[in-house]
Amino acid sequence: MSRLKWEHVVGILGLLGMIGGHYAGLFVAPPERMMGDVGRIFYVHVPVAILSMLMFSVSGLAAFGYLMSGRMGFDWLVESTVEVGVMLSTLLLILGSVWARPTWGVWWTWDPRLITATVLLLTFVGVMLLRGATTNPEKRATWSSVATLIAWVNVPITYKSVQWWRSLHQIQTPQDAISEPMRIVYYENMIAMILVLVWFVAWRWRIAKATAMAEAPEPLPAEVSP
Amino acid sequence: MIRQTLSVLRKELLVEWRDRSRISGLFFFAMAIVILMAFASPSEGVLKQQAGGILWIGLLLASTRSLDQSFATEMEHGALEGLMLWPVDPRAVFYGKALANTLVLLMVALAIVPLLFGMYGAEVRGSIPVLLGFLVFGCAAIGAPGTLFGGIVAQARGSSVLLPLLLFPLVIPAVLAAAKGTTVVMEGDPMGQGRSWLGLLVAFNAVHWSLSGLFFGRVVEDG
Repeated sequence: MSRLKWEHVVGILGLLGMIGGHYAGLFVAPPERMMGDVGRIFYVHVPVAILSMLMFSVSGLAAFGYLMSGRMGFDWLVESTVEVGVMLSTLLLILGSVWARPTWGVWWTWDPRLITATVLLLTFVGVMLLRGATTNPEKRATWSSVATLIAWVNVPITYKSVQWWRSLHQIQTPQDAISEPMRIVYYENMIAMILVLVWFVAWRWRIAKATAMAEAPEPLPAEVSP
Repeated sequence: MIRQTLSVLRKELLVEWRDRSRISGLFFFAMAIVILMAFASPSEGVLKQQAGGILWIGLLLASTRSLDQSFATEMEHGALEGLMLWPVDPRAVFYGKALANTLVLLMVALAIVPLLFGMYGAEVRGSIPVLLGFLVFGCAAIGAPGTLFGGIVAQARGSSVLLPLLLFPLVIPAVLAAAKGTTVVMEGDPMGQGRSWLGLLVAFNAVHWSLSGLFFGRVVEDG
């Protein structure tokens, strides 16, 4: 019987934490003063937003690590974090639309934050497509690392967009502006999501490694001495 | 390195000059887009207001045809390896090629703008040097990342599909700034917005010309 890997333990803890966090967000935390119950999406939307940018930043660091060291472990990390980041970014846009409909009256508007977040998602989808179009592992690693670092330039632009171009999307809420019971639920959800994402990335990293091992050419047979 | 860059630029422009079909093809491609876009417009008055945006959509689409071909000469007979074997800094190769691609795109832009005046009824109410500034920095903003990705996709499978997928999302901020800036120069700029769009375009260029130059060596050496 195979041993239970550490990431599965982390992931199960994270999933349990998310169930508790979602329950607390929906039924325990007080309703938001202006938006009422609609504001409860905050407990999912904001952690997903922060963690998607964080995930792409880990991709950027891993890409830098690969270009500096040439170690394939970094490339597998690029592969796993870019995929998880794209998933988070897509979820972010869906959640944002769901929140925008009752509060702004539209599913989508040409707001700088929405545009920069979509551009960020598309640039990293480009990285995934580039990886898919390259068969040589070394070339794939180098090219996708370069494309990842260039795509990462959009992360700080997306983060700062609400401050640079004041528009419909609110600016970042300072932590002390959130009431204590709401803050606890927010942190709970954030920590639970981090655990689930560590699980996803670690699992995906192992898949990337296993794929690379399977693709590697068979070692030449050892020379037989006469 | 400047001398090396200029040598590569000279070589690129010479190749362009000897095979002029590429640049004329680009011009007619961009012109076709300008004409086709007119059918999507509800009225001639709106067309005039959209001229700046349509110019940049046309240039962006035309750029993919140009950038796609930028490394075609090198890919034939393994000439890219020969180029990299030159005792030349890879950054000089990049900057030479990127400058050549920018110049080609700029020539197409300069040829398309009079069409907008003639066919769309567009006019320049702002200053012409500022309009030229938007054209130069806008073309440069497509040229630098376009050359880097052109270098990558020339060596990958399905390059003609892959280049727009990589390039378009990346240059959205630059195309947005160039289109908005060109529009305010054409329509008049009472709020003084042109300066901030130009600032965004210059910042985009500063980031991407330095980053792409830095990475180009890795892209072709490992290729």
